[in-house]
Amino acid sequence: MLNRQGRATQPGEAASAVVHPTFTGNRALQQEEALIFEFGRLDATGVDVDEPVAFTSRLGGLERRDGIGLPGLSEPEAMRHYVRLSQKNYGIDTGVFPLGSCTMKHNPRLNERMARLPGFGDVHPLQPVSTVQGALELMDTLAAWLLELTGMPAVALSPKAGAHGELCGMMAIKAAIAHKGEAGTRRTVLVPDSAHGTNPATAALIGFTVKPVPVRADGTVDPESVRALAGPDTAAIMLTNPNTCGLFEPDVVEIAEIVHAAGAYFYCDGANFNAIVGKARPGDLGVDAMHINLHKTFSTPHGGGGPGSGPVVLSDRLAAFAPVPFVVRTADGFRLVESEADAAGQGAQPFGRLTAFHGQMGMFVRALSYMLSHGADGMKQASEDAVLNANYVRACLADLLSQPFGDRPCMHEALFDDSWLKDTGVSTLDFAKAMIDEGYHPMTVYFPLVVHGAMLIEPTESESKASLDLFIAALRDLAMAAKRGDAERFTGAPYHAPRKRLDETRAARQPILRWTPPEPVRDAAE
Amino acid sequence: MTIKFTKDHEYIRVEGDIGTVGISDYAQQQLGDVVFVELPAVGKSLAKGAEAAVVESVKAASEVYAPVAGEVVEVNAELEGTPATVNDDPLGKGWFVKLRLAAPAELDALMDEAAYKAFVASL
Amino acid sequence: MRYLPLSNIERADMLARIGVASIDDLFADIPADKRRAGLADLPTRKTEMEVERLLGRMAARNTAASAAPFFVGAGAYKHHVPATVDHLIQRSEFLTSYTPYQPEIAQGTLQYLFEFQTQVAALTGMEVANASMYDGSTACGEAVLMAHRVTRRRKAVLSGGLHPHYAEVVRTLSRMAEDEVVTLAPDVSATEDLLAAVDRETSCVVVQTPDVFGNLRDLSALAEKCHAEGALLVAVFTEALSLGLVTPPGHMGADIVVGEGQSIGNGLNFGGPYVGLFATRQKYVRQMPGRLCGQTVDADGNRGFVLTLSTREQHIRRDKATSNICTNSGLCSLAWTIHMSLLGSAGLSRLARLNHVNAVKLHEALESLPEVEVLNASYFNEFTLRLKTPAAAVVEALAARGIMAGVPVSRLLPGAGLDDLLLVASTEINTDEDRAALVAGLKEHA
Repeated sequence: MLNRQGRATQPGEAASAVVHPTFTGNRALQQEEALIFEFGRLDATGVDVDEPVAFTSRLGGLERRDGIGLPGLSEPEAMRHYVRLSQKNYGIDTGVFPLGSCTMKHNPRLNERMARLPGFGDVHPLQPVSTVQGALELMDTLAAWLLELTGMPAVALSPKAGAHGELCGMMAIKAAIAHKGEAGTRRTVLVPDSAHGTNPATAALIGFTVKPVPVRADGTVDPESVRALAGPDTAAIMLTNPNTCGLFEPDVVEIAEIVHAAGAYFYCDGANFNAIVGKARPGDLGVDAMHINLHKTFSTPHGGGGPGSGPVVLSDRLAAFAPVPFVVRTADGFRLVESEADAAGQGAQPFGRLTAFHGQMGMFVRALSYMLSHGADGMKQASEDAVLNANYVRACLADLLSQPFGDRPCMHEALFDDSWLKDTGVSTLDFAKAMIDEGYHPMTVYFPLVVHGAMLIEPTESESKASLDLFIAALRDLAMAAKRGDAERFTGAPYHAPRKRLDETRAARQPILRWTPPEPVRDAAE
Repeated sequence: MTIKFTKDHEYIRVEGDIGTVGISDYAQQQLGDVVFVELPAVGKSLAKGAEAAVVESVKAASEVYAPVAGEVVEVNAELEGTPATVNDDPLGKGWFVKLRLAAPAELDALMDEAAYKAFVASL
Repeated sequence: MRYLPLSNIERADMLARIGVASIDDLFADIPADKRRAGLADLPTRKTEMEVERLLGRMAARNTAASAAPFFVGAGAYKHHVPATVDHLIQRSEFLTSYTPYQPEIAQGTLQYLFEFQTQVAALTGMEVANASMYDGSTACGEAVLMAHRVTRRRKAVLSGGLHPHYAEVVRTLSRMAEDEVVTLAPDVSATEDLLAAVDRETSCVVVQTPDVFGNLRDLSALAEKCHAEGALLVAVFTEALSLGLVTPPGHMGADIVVGEGQSIGNGLNFGGPYVGLFATRQKYVRQMPGRLCGQTVDADGNRGFVLTLSTREQHIRRDKATSNICTNSGLCSLAWTIHMSLLGSAGLSRLARLNHVNAVKLHEALESLPEVEVLNASYFNEFTLRLKTPAAAVVEALAARGIMAGVPVSRLLPGAGLDDLLLVASTEINTDEDRAALVAGLKEHA
């Protein structure tokens, strides 16, 4: 006898009816998740550790006496907690992530596998150097690639991130100036208005006075502005090239010459180096120091905000001042120069040390894995595709959005302003939030500061044409909706994200920076 | 009692030899929701144009400059707990510092209310 | 090329849509005489297999910590990290996300940072913590700069027990910022007179516990002295696990606590990436460097998290920022918080006890050797040995036998006359066999 009952195989009318709130607050795959402090138990642990046998304490009477107060989670609870949290995040692997200036390109998983080889991931920075020859070889090989790609003679690998690399480069410049006996007079650093905020922050951190350089109407730096400002008090210029407006500075060589003629140095912010790998070399443009964000140009993962890695290439004028430690090749293999005295024996005058150990080895492995995979031909192609994709997006939106510097080619990112949104009741921020509802990560907004309501789109080379075409179509639809006056689609957006817009004012006025128990709880360990 | 304004959108309201300094209504609108105010120490002497305070919104931090020279005689400590007052009542309860004027003649170079209104309209 | 989706036909179509004849037209702003046709001196693309072979060969030339009896510490420690940690941090939504500037689609990152900040504050015994720094040494440098901002003074005093590389980082930063630093002589036995070094000019005293020689230090009297002189006490640790067993600096009056978090959740990685921990008092929060995550509500009133107090940061304040830092150590802080959530107080203190017990066992085993002397009165999982011969040579000799004996002090402090000292760390990974191998090796070579 057949069972004639059973589930319906077509959706009924009810299936398309109004969305009902749920008891749990969950929305199917989108799960609400409490803080670990709200559901974890203070006596629980998800790590099996043997209870040590009785022992004589050698703690000198400094035993910790409070219960610390941190909950433990069993392994399944932890797994579910973090998987649910992950599902509230947007990543490169989720969809288009056109965050200008940040270079959200594909992160190859081969890199992850290589970084986890025990010979790289499980070696200690202070093991005898005889037991880490392969690690030093990797650093030396990475350095050789970076030097060839940039056309520079030296590189400091140890900076931990881009801004740390800036600090390294500017410290080398300060040391070189002091070496020439000009420490008292060369105190000014020229920084274009379009620069990343890290540039003026870095210069100020080590005692330089920042003098802004106005950006001319086409979004680039006028060498005459530099000439007017450069003088015997100038220590350096910090110039981003390609710049933050997505443009290659056409007068970069002349600017370098002006700066050098004034006795100063040219620091290049290499955040956008990914646009020109294989197309131009900073060493040919007069650069004295440039940091390279391995997490941008060379695909190491951004990881939700780090870790980064910011090696700095240096010109002959600065090479001697590079910080310790560094790797040298000898007849007997590789050696680590870790002290200033040892460096002096190598003819160097290091300005000091930036970090406890040798830099972001895990990132070095990933970056080299990427370089080897691409090879010289692939990296040039990647730069070309990045520029091609950006220009394609630009060209396909040019009739609807407004370009602050006219309809001209860009490098790896396309910059729009908000003049096209005038009188629509929609702001750049609203537009960005509406992109979230369409399944896209917004572009960079309100940067660079020199452009009103800036929208900086960097699709990277990782997007296929089909993906870009859909992205462009979605942006066109949004743009037309904004112009039509459909402001509601924007001003309340995002409607479909795990959270609606968050109250940043409240967060800043009464900062709540850690969880506190609603009422006193007793720690079981007490 | 007179009120004068600077091009940086500070105001100074003068009563006798004491001037009360704050930011204009236009300035608080431009800043958006104020979340923090950093005030100077009482007794500090400020030159004209010196940094008197820092006002932070979620998105911006701006220096508040002394419109004229003077010694800080009082600060509005209430702002530390309720910075929103700067938005709600900039010209009243949202004041920042009171200065004992060192050179009252400096006031003459500042804009009066009408001139400031015209200045803001021109922006 | 496997990472590049465009076909040549698509490239041609796109160039046509843009309205240029060739890709080089898009690079026209590069001066003609500076344009490169390519990178002739570098090899061309490689398959996954070829890359694995090449890098695998390099990796094989290194001795992995898990492949030897391993006693190397001095600022980085070999611990067991649960498999769950490495699996979770490789989830795409964590690995390939960006700094959470769009909080509506970054609540995952923001919530774990909020949990991380809470855990770090509790562990260090402080009121607030930030969302992490590059590593312990850079956190230490930033702590000194912060103390200068808080106190409006510019002289730091560094203990002779501070990790020498941390001291070098602080000195480099201070030299460049034109601030003053006083460094006390290497203090093997934790007997230096730090109190006498504090005066009305002092912005902060930087002291490490367990110190680089392994000694545990009671900071209470020093904290009192600092506060009496208007200075801040900056406490440093390089072994985060010690806080599971030892009185945290926050309970001894420290004003800023910084340290290396690598021990929890993170591998050795030949020195990086690691995760710097940074905690302080609530009243100094606006002077704290780095990112901060805060709790708030969304437009519907639901709890959510955002980056907050960012007006302190470089992208807004530019040359007036508290620091030039632009990133934290995101994924490493995730690894840290996952491991910590698995451990909880219960697991953490048990793991810490196991570390201490293993160090005590090693200490006891070494007491039978006339060739070595343990110098420490107290320690957590690392202590200093005095040998009869230079430690560097002994370490090399033992390495040749496949034993990683520790870190010769001469490597950290060359020329300090401490060549006979060896730092030895013992964690939960060490077995009785490991200890026996080390004792036998030292007996022969020390």
